[in-house]
Amino acid sequence: MMSHGRPTSLWQRLHIDLPLLLGLLSLLGVSLVVLYSASGMHPEMLVRQIIRTSLAFAVMIGLAQLPPSFYSRWAPPVFALGVVLLICVLAFGHIGKGAQRWLDLGVIKFQPSEILKLVMPMTIAAYLSSHPLPPRFKHLVIALVMVLVPTLLIAKQPDLGTAILVAVSGIFAIFLGGISWALILAAGALVAAFLPVLWFFLMHDYQRQRVLTFLNPESDPLGSGYHIIQSKIAIGSGGLFGKGWLNGTQSQLEFLPERHTDFIFAVFSEEFGLIGFCLLLALYLYVIARCMIISVNAQGSFERLLGGALTLTFFVYVFVNIGMVSGLLPVVGVPLPLVSYGGTSMVTLAAGFGILMSIQTHRRLLA
Amino acid sequence: MLKQRISIKDNGAEAALFYRRALVAGIGMALLSCLLLANLYWLQVVNHDTYQTRSNDNRIKVVPVAPPRGLIFDRNGVLLAENRPVFSLEIVPDQTQDLHGMVKQLIQLLDLDPSTEEQFYREVKRTRRFNPVPLVEQLTDEQVARFSVNQHRFPGADIEAYLKRFYPYGETLTHALGYVARINVKDLQRLDEAGKLANYAATRDIGKLGVEKYYEDQLHGQAGYQEVEVNNRGRVIRTLKYQPPVAGQDIYLNVDIRLQQKAQQLLAGRRGGIVLMDPRDGSVLALESSPSYDPNLFVRGISSRDYSALLNDPARPLINRTSQGGYAPASTVKPLLSIMGLNEGLITPQTRFFGGPTFQIPGVARKWRDWKRWGHGWMDMHRAIEVSADTFFYDLAFRAGIDTLHDYMSRFGFGNYSGLDIYEESTGIMPSRQWKQSRWRQPWYQGDTISVGIGQGYWTATPIQLARAHSILTQHGRNIVPHLLRSVGAPDGEQTPYRVTQEPALTVKNDGFWQEAMEGMYLVLNGPEGTARRAFAGTPYKAAGKSGTAQVVNMKENEKYDASRLKEEHRDNALFVAFAPYEEPTAVVAMILENAGGGSANAAPVARALLDAYLLGKYDDEPAPEEKKP
Repeated sequence: MMSHGRPTSLWQRLHIDLPLLLGLLSLLGVSLVVLYSASGMHPEMLVRQIIRTSLAFAVMIGLAQLPPSFYSRWAPPVFALGVVLLICVLAFGHIGKGAQRWLDLGVIKFQPSEILKLVMPMTIAAYLSSHPLPPRFKHLVIALVMVLVPTLLIAKQPDLGTAILVAVSGIFAIFLGGISWALILAAGALVAAFLPVLWFFLMHDYQRQRVLTFLNPESDPLGSGYHIIQSKIAIGSGGLFGKGWLNGTQSQLEFLPERHTDFIFAVFSEEFGLIGFCLLLALYLYVIARCMIISVNAQGSFERLLGGALTLTFFVYVFVNIGMVSGLLPVVGVPLPLVSYGGTSMVTLAAGFGILMSIQTHRRLLA
Repeated sequence: MLKQRISIKDNGAEAALFYRRALVAGIGMALLSCLLLANLYWLQVVNHDTYQTRSNDNRIKVVPVAPPRGLIFDRNGVLLAENRPVFSLEIVPDQTQDLHGMVKQLIQLLDLDPSTEEQFYREVKRTRRFNPVPLVEQLTDEQVARFSVNQHRFPGADIEAYLKRFYPYGETLTHALGYVARINVKDLQRLDEAGKLANYAATRDIGKLGVEKYYEDQLHGQAGYQEVEVNNRGRVIRTLKYQPPVAGQDIYLNVDIRLQQKAQQLLAGRRGGIVLMDPRDGSVLALESSPSYDPNLFVRGISSRDYSALLNDPARPLINRTSQGGYAPASTVKPLLSIMGLNEGLITPQTRFFGGPTFQIPGVARKWRDWKRWGHGWMDMHRAIEVSADTFFYDLAFRAGIDTLHDYMSRFGFGNYSGLDIYEESTGIMPSRQWKQSRWRQPWYQGDTISVGIGQGYWTATPIQLARAHSILTQHGRNIVPHLLRSVGAPDGEQTPYRVTQEPALTVKNDGFWQEAMEGMYLVLNGPEGTARRAFAGTPYKAAGKSGTAQVVNMKENEKYDASRLKEEHRDNALFVAFAPYEEPTAVVAMILENAGGGSANAAPVARALLDAYLLGKYDDEPAPEEKKP
């Protein structure tokens, strides 16, 4: 909306959406502040995070330069390639932390599943928008198969967190495409029926353990329940105003595991309390709202579906991470987007925002 | 429906459809955000107190702090037991990467005994992995330096400083002073039963013997504690609160270390014990049992080789001969028996008695020999003590009977604990009908009484008992309890003196009886026939005493005692008791030399030398502690 009447602003020409950029920069500022505390005041970690962030922003701005039509054209072949790579990972992938996720290309190791996070909503959006919406049943079935195949391959690695996020990004595109409520209800019933199958045949022991631990973390306080107990203690002891920056005893004294990656939210909550959480949540909702506005204002169905799916997936990231760290959801390996320490997820997320900026800034040219 | 069938895209309708769906998604996200907020509110506001407490439980540990042990001084303020800092090398197995490799390297670096390794792993098995285990208890300065330079190579290994007991005089006063050593399972059990376990939470050593054990409660002090913040591996990050321990009280002993050293010199190389006490209040100024041993060995943790050497030494250095050694008191008790005779009217100071070579109970064939083959001839009580005539006292004991004898001698403290303030004491045996019945399941025979009359037979006594009994004699029956403790001094200098009891041990019909018995003892040292007159010739003070020569093996009626033909351990024990100055005694000496032969010839000169030292201040030199590196 903002840039509707001012086609030639500097930001427009740079293909950067300023309100979104400001929101993202604010979140990255929060990230650096919390990371400094979570790392035990090691500046090296901050420097590395800043380098990664710069790289991620370069990717974001780079992707924003490409028009949405480019994405709709290239998404299906990349998707196919991604599926092939996933099969390769399963066949001869690099094993790290007990799971096969990495593909070693000699020079770099990378996770094909990360690419799927972006290509999945793109492909579904491209497929559905190539037909009139709401989609016909046949197209729905094909779209669902396209969601399921990579999801299962990723779940097999095993990487439940990424599998869920990839599946969700595709499903959101289908939902936004206008699948009828009756079918949604039917699918919900189907998933409920599928859960026991998942539990008994598809889940690994450690995944089952995570779910059990989630249901009753106190049953194993020193083993698998340790993470969630310590995390809840950290959050709870933060109280309304928090213990203050660098004063979180749970994190500074290292009771909290994975405190600069997946559990960084616990560090944040311990030091900044409920007030801090409200501000962080507001920041996230601001970014999401901006992305939704971009999507609603987009001119084609592909742009709308892709933008909406990326936005909703981003929210799922936030919700799943905070939910698991605060004990609402089982522990799945999902970082707190833009705040957790880590390169891969940062680049993927920034790429998503780059695509959203592309949707926003290429509108007039396409119109 | 129609739209769906014909494939015409209607962008406006699709946008409206997306808008509706986006709205639903927006509402969904808003609801989920509220759910997160509600959950955070539940954790951070509603249950804040619970989690606050658990967070503190996580990070705050209470660490007990051991109090410094009270020091022990002699009567002149000379330090006898002190606390010295020692450095021990400790390893937390949980914090090491390669425990075995590290231990090997440390043993090489510090040039340690290879057996250290085995001992260390034994200890590791008994300790939880995140608690420190000592590899070396006491590092030398050089080892400390060598480790400190290389510490970065050994994560999980640290030097800890402790205060360790040190006895600067080494073996000089071991039997009285005792020692401290590592608290063991039995000590823990005892402390637990006494409800003192919490106070010992940080304490490593406890009094095991002597004064260190007897006055443990005074010396130990009150443990303090520290509230510390720890990280997830239990490492202390900082101290939040410090409640300092209350140091143990210093104690002052009656012992004069110069006199003790003199006693040690006098008994050097011999087996025996000597006690010097002030008869007026029972304070023990010297308590030497020879041979002795170095108590510092036990503080450091004695090796099993050293310990079995001490245990199997035929000279039995671990025994405190002054309080645990039961010896036949022999003739030293004759003055005490004469008090009984006077008070019971069996004799008077003027009673004339003819002492032949032997004594016989009327109608019994057995003869009890006098120590002098041809007897002493006519005598009164004074001469009987002076020449130590056995026949006089055979007769006295026969006429008194064991019951009376037992009654009187019990009042002098025989057969009972002397009350000396150490736990290593035996009562000796003051025989009675009841005792013989329960010990030997035999009735008391008249003949048994006769040898008891000269301090032999079943009768055994310790040197401290003899010193006590003669103190009671010099104090005219007042009860005297020997004690090592002079005072308990609070750190601020206020002292609580040991309180002396005043009640009588024995009251006699005529107070003059005491003087009569002491006069006999005066003659022993000063009379023309006195057995110890040579040993005490030319003393600048007036002294009195009594010798004793106790048979270790029974001899046949006509057998001649020839020391040179007897095995050393079958030779006579030499005993001597003396007090001085005669008019108003300030010192009583009681002593024994095992298998040394006659009391007057062998023990009396030692007793005199000690009295000289005490009364004339004749010390060879000022006390010099045996400076040994711990």
